[in-house]
Amino acid sequence: METRELLKWSAQVKLREKSKQEERFEHGHRMCAGCGAPTVVKMVLMATEYPVVVSNATGCLEVSTCIQEFTAWKTPWIHTAFENAAATLSGAETMYRALLKKGKMPDNVKFIAFGGDGGTYDIGLQSLSGAMERGHDMLYVCYDNGAYMNTGIQRSSATPLGADTTTSPAGSANPAGKLQARKDLTRIMAAHGIYAAQASPSHWLDLMNKVKKAHQIKGAKFINIIAPCNRGWRTATDNSIELSRLAVETCYWPLYEIEDGKLKVTVVPEEKKPADQFFKLQGRFKHLYAPGNEGMLERIQAEIDRNWERLLKESDQAC
Amino acid sequence: MGKVVAVTGNEAVANALRQADPDVCSLYPITPQTDIVQRFSSFVANGQVQTELLNAESEHSAMSAAIGAAAGGGRVITATSSQGLALMWEMLHIASGMNLPIIMPLVNRALSAPLNIHGDHSDGMGARDTGWVQLWSENAQEAYDNTIMAFRIGEHLEIRLPVMVCMDGFIVSHSIARMEYLGDDEVKNFIGPYQKVNPLLDLEHPKSFGPLILTDLYHEYKRLQHEIMGRVKNVVLQVSDEFAKQSGRKYGLFESYRLEDADIALVILNSAAGTSKDVIDELRDKGIKAGLLKPRLFRPFPYAEIGQALRHLKAVCVMDRADSFGGYGPMFMEISSALYQADGEGRRPKLINKIYGLGGRDYMPGDARKVLLELNEISKGAPLGAVKEYMGVRE
Repeated sequence: METRELLKWSAQVKLREKSKQEERFEHGHRMCAGCGAPTVVKMVLMATEYPVVVSNATGCLEVSTCIQEFTAWKTPWIHTAFENAAATLSGAETMYRALLKKGKMPDNVKFIAFGGDGGTYDIGLQSLSGAMERGHDMLYVCYDNGAYMNTGIQRSSATPLGADTTTSPAGSANPAGKLQARKDLTRIMAAHGIYAAQASPSHWLDLMNKVKKAHQIKGAKFINIIAPCNRGWRTATDNSIELSRLAVETCYWPLYEIEDGKLKVTVVPEEKKPADQFFKLQGRFKHLYAPGNEGMLERIQAEIDRNWERLLKESDQAC
Repeated sequence: MGKVVAVTGNEAVANALRQADPDVCSLYPITPQTDIVQRFSSFVANGQVQTELLNAESEHSAMSAAIGAAAGGGRVITATSSQGLALMWEMLHIASGMNLPIIMPLVNRALSAPLNIHGDHSDGMGARDTGWVQLWSENAQEAYDNTIMAFRIGEHLEIRLPVMVCMDGFIVSHSIARMEYLGDDEVKNFIGPYQKVNPLLDLEHPKSFGPLILTDLYHEYKRLQHEIMGRVKNVVLQVSDEFAKQSGRKYGLFESYRLEDADIALVILNSAAGTSKDVIDELRDKGIKAGLLKPRLFRPFPYAEIGQALRHLKAVCVMDRADSFGGYGPMFMEISSALYQADGEGRRPKLINKIYGLGGRDYMPGDARKVLLELNEISKGAPLGAVKEYMGVRE
């Protein structure tokens, strides 16, 4: 999409107006109070001004939104298994092209897959990579809450360094929790030569712009969106937007996009806050402040700084 | 018009798929099936079909994509063997649970470990409980015919189920045999246009596929699958009758060979049945009343019909080209069940089980002769040895 057109569109978007748009992801689902994922889904669908077919990996979003005869989805929706939301959707998209060719479908249908980080970074990585490489005309959205929350907060490769999860617990022998840094999935997806971006529900216009832009690009697209989970992060139920904002402002979760191989940081915080401001609100990092974990927060801060500097450098070069 | 050709089983099946002209083919290569998807890819590249090809990055994704495509609302094919089917296992249940009539040739091959690429039935037997219809084929002609009929069976509005068409890896898939093709138009007319049922791509009537169903209704859902399976037998017979009118080739739920007046019989699947029939003819010439039953529809298993067909015999050997380690051979378990239920008059044949031909080990006329002569002795009162035995083992 032309930047000029996108700016025009952004200027026209009024959240109040958008809130009146008919929702294709309805209230009444059973996601936890305070969960960031449904907000992410609503924003993605709000920015999708086309008929849309949705595929959903097994996970919180899936088990809580389509139970027996009830569904929160007022748009075609399919769930098959955990590791294959991308492959399943790639099949539906292929059938769409087969029927479109025969004049049996309209030509403006969009395809979106939603998966959590477990279903995307870990078990679904192969299926996702395959679908992206094949260039299906689809958008894959990962709502990243940093662990297998649906099964009870187990470590995934998206779990941040130092986080306490039920399978990377901080204990007397290992006081640090998770000992490894996160997998940089957004970059892995960008390495497929596709449009890849990171977004946050705190920056809704940036998020919706990215979705809007992705829909204008023919082929595979990937957007990684942070989605706070109060159960897993051990946080309050009323601050998921605040947390996602802090994730951006501390540069823990930088907002950027990679298009045609060029990286652009889309939101530069006015003031880069210390990571501590994001971490201290979360019970999953509580142990990092206890004796035995000296240096961990510094290590985490150093990782964040290094990544942020690299992004800025690449972003500058692209400009 | 029919055309007599000399082709491999894979070529025959690939042509059946071409004639069906599916909307989507999702594929992944694996020996000995690869030849089918290669040929089909050429049909696509040369414009001989309208199909959209999807080169998946694994069999798991090939089946996942087939499910997404079939849910979309169109005709879908894929094909696999052995490890590929094993990798699909999770998704096989989902294809049948969603009532999606995906058609999948399965070129039977052994399962690892140790690695072996040759033909046995371990793959198909391992998938018997996945809710798919299974048709088994002795030779290229049967594999071709079964593939064509599979579309009519799977897409039948009373059942809507995925169908696996099995043939022996290498022995049939790679051997050239004489067979007869139907004309492209004949097949097109026979299969007919795809009829959509609740397609995902119906934008006006959005549907949710694959809900969470817990303790209150899951049981009922599975009971429904059981009921649908109960309708398959009649659909298979009806489609096979229509096919016979078209082609002149008659198929039932199973094939009986010189069975009606026999004293002893083999129950044996696929290519080895052909070898056995020759030996049965030879023994008949010597006055031994031997016969054979070759199952065609293995899932759902026609217990009553097969029990009825076997109950008059004195001794039966069930030949399994797969093992259920720690149990009897998978076919033996079915035949035992069929005969137990069929026994209305206090008489049933003596039953033994031989495991043969694993990993593509040849099954020779001598093997059939040996088993039939053993059965002949049993029928005359010789004591039974072990119920289950591996035959032809190199000690």
